[in-house]
Amino acid sequence: MTNSAKAFRCEHTLRDLRAGLELVHPEAEAALAAHGFDEGAKFAIRLAIEEAVVNAFRHGNRNDPAKSVRYRAHIDDGRASFEVQDEGPGFDPKTIPDPTEDENLEIPSGRGVMLIKAYMTEVEYVPPGNLLRMTYRKPA
Amino acid sequence: MAGSHISVRKIDNLIRIDFIDRNILDEQNIHQIGEEILKVVESEFRPKVVIVFKNVEHMSSAAFGTLMKVNEKVKARDGQLRLCQITPRIHEAFVMTRLNRIFSISDTYETAMASFT
Repeated sequence: MTNSAKAFRCEHTLRDLRAGLELVHPEAEAALAAHGFDEGAKFAIRLAIEEAVVNAFRHGNRNDPAKSVRYRAHIDDGRASFEVQDEGPGFDPKTIPDPTEDENLEIPSGRGVMLIKAYMTEVEYVPPGNLLRMTYRKPA
Repeated sequence: MAGSHISVRKIDNLIRIDFIDRNILDEQNIHQIGEEILKVVESEFRPKVVIVFKNVEHMSSAAFGTLMKVNEKVKARDGQLRLCQITPRIHEAFVMTRLNRIFSISDTYETAMASFT
């Protein structure tokens, strides 16, 4: 690969859900384009960022306006990695029912974490569960 | 009141809904979209509803949840719901979540219409 744009790194403290997403989405999309990620990768990463940040504000911080979300990104030619940390008590992702099981299919909520895991290459909830690390790696 | 995010065309009990926005992500907008669709559905007995995704490039899990509520309401009214013109990437999300088993998805508006019983 000849593309060798400088790695993109950023860190933000997000205090408002929608304003936060309006900041991080264009920033990530520009960096992903600069590092040669294809449209499929950009779709997957945008969805994962959206779900992660929404979950952090909604479920982690429980929409408490006094709490913020820390967002970090690292994007280079091979990978796009993100950290999203809320100020909540955390959770055990194993306790979330699998929304793809037959008995859960018709439940309207609970698909955000599943979509993140499906679209990203590596996903880790760091105990106590209020810090999400996720990485998309370009296929070799 | 914010502007509508959908356009609705209705002939008798046949309801066509088109999304105006390319991104169905914002929770407030999704809530508003859900309320608008449910209001239209509730006004008909045995509604035949087609939701056209032609313009949609991104949607979130919250949007899936709203679609499921709409599906429940349509079934409760003894109606039928069809989704159509979904981009391959969003269709893949339906498959990953296995929601393609819940919803009837057609390639085109015409095939969606033809699938009503």
